[in-house]
Amino acid sequence: MKIVVAVKQVAALDDDFEIRADGLDVDEDFLMYDLNEWDDYSLEEAMKIKEAAAEGAVEVIAVSVGPERVDESLRKCLAKGADRAIRVWDDAMEGSDAVTIGRILAGVVKKEAPAMVFAGVQSSDQANAATGMAIAASLDWPHAAVVAELDYQPGAATARIKRELEGGMLQAVEIDCPAVLTLQLGINKPRYASLRGIKQAAAKPIEHWSLGDLGLDATQVGATAALSRVRRMEIPVKGRAQMIEGTIAEQAAKLIEIIKEYKGEAA
Amino acid sequence: MNTILVVAEHRRGEVRPVTLELITAAQQLKTAADDRVLLAIIGQEAESLASQLQWAGVDEIIACKTNSAEFEPELAEQAVSALIVSRKPIAVLLPHSVDSLGYATAVAVKGGYGYATDVFKLAYDGGALVATRGGYNQKVNVEVDFPGHACAVMTIRGGAFKPVETVAAPLLTVDDRSELSARSRPLEFIEQGGGGDIDITTVEFIMSIGRGIGEEANVEDFRELADNIDATLCCSRPIADAGWLPKSRQVGQSGKVVSACKLYVAMGISGSIQHMAGMKHVSTIVAVNTDPGASIFTIAKYGIVADIFEIQEELQAQLA
Repeated sequence: MKIVVAVKQVAALDDDFEIRADGLDVDEDFLMYDLNEWDDYSLEEAMKIKEAAAEGAVEVIAVSVGPERVDESLRKCLAKGADRAIRVWDDAMEGSDAVTIGRILAGVVKKEAPAMVFAGVQSSDQANAATGMAIAASLDWPHAAVVAELDYQPGAATARIKRELEGGMLQAVEIDCPAVLTLQLGINKPRYASLRGIKQAAAKPIEHWSLGDLGLDATQVGATAALSRVRRMEIPVKGRAQMIEGTIAEQAAKLIEIIKEYKGEAA
Repeated sequence: MNTILVVAEHRRGEVRPVTLELITAAQQLKTAADDRVLLAIIGQEAESLASQLQWAGVDEIIACKTNSAEFEPELAEQAVSALIVSRKPIAVLLPHSVDSLGYATAVAVKGGYGYATDVFKLAYDGGALVATRGGYNQKVNVEVDFPGHACAVMTIRGGAFKPVETVAAPLLTVDDRSELSARSRPLEFIEQGGGGDIDITTVEFIMSIGRGIGEEANVEDFRELADNIDATLCCSRPIADAGWLPKSRQVGQSGKVVSACKLYVAMGISGSIQHMAGMKHVSTIVAVNTDPGASIFTIAKYGIVADIFEIQEELQAQLA
């Protein structure tokens, strides 16, 4: 059986960055790319299931949508033990939103027919928290968001999960499988890639799929298929703390003064 | 006449307070006197829960009866989708909460509606509904609209709108959806952490550590410092996830809101939206961080750009 793990290469901004001339996005020169933190946990959860099962019984497939640079993030997944990596891209996919990306990933899921699909709760850059649930909606599969614990035996008809609610509360849920789950930080402790893993990953192929492989056409992807359109991006004017300047000793002294003031002691 | 549909959130028989913020957001979308705000509540006890929803600004409460007492994503999705079809709202407002994340996307995808999450500002511009959300880890604001969509589903960030305070007596209608079925079953609630530890929602002085702490071995130094200044040691999510402090010490959306806190010293916490949701109300926040661009400096009263280890050592030296 297979587990598909949807991963995203996220963008972090340099300290100083500029908005593009058209005002719709940040200038690409100021972006630094990495694998989304949540996806590390999703991949780890799939690896745990794979390692608890008989040798070769579970195949873990990392899937991402994006241009060539995304191979780097998929390579990380392979280095951590994913069996296969698939990158989906077609120029028509440019401008896809989280929902459209979900539709594209659902196309891969249809072809691979896994027993489970994992995605991170959200991405650290755009934080739409929508892609995983968009995969489920496109497939019309059972789904659960913000899963903090998973009890699943490969091939089982149901899984037991705990959803992480607000305020330190969990809710136990039984869900029919196959299902799409979005996994929360802290569900496990993601491994580091071993040197051996990194070496092996360098030799593994990354499969490249395009529109035609998914049974989708250009009208179903990209900016025109998105459920929202960016009108404007701007750097917000933010409030600012009163900064305590000076030497470390002076900064610490001022902090002690604030603490004493709170305690009602004379400074 | 425009209709705005708000979906109330409830858990264990209580309407969640964020619902009151959504009503205010809906009020802001009214443009004409005859615009209507509908407030739906979904669940087995929808009718009795409706008594907790007697708020001004709501024209009609729809008690949407399903066969699950607690939230179940497919039942919520089907109930809301049916309401969109029958009531034709221009906007559907849901809280940006764990429950909504489990079904809002499905409503939008299956219905082909406009969609945006974690929205903190709503407005019209030339007749177009415009929603503002954060991008690139909240470093930019992004305005989006929904061309070609007669309805937009939006999840609204908690704390972005003031809760409605005035009561009224809206019309109540019942929408029986008890025939709907789902492929997951809510079982029970479990309180995390607890376990005899201090209740951080009751303490007044907190020193909190975050990712900047680097490794577990460093926690002890900050525990000593916290003891020395009579502060309760708390943390942001990565520290609790790593098991360096118990979950009961985690401040934030999925941890605790430190309601009683008056002084909060944040050490090496950059300030995610989720963490700030638990402490931004504190009157005196002092943030120590090496990154001058850290979000936490936007809500802190005092900021110190410095290495937290140097500050910790220096504080201990001066207190000795």
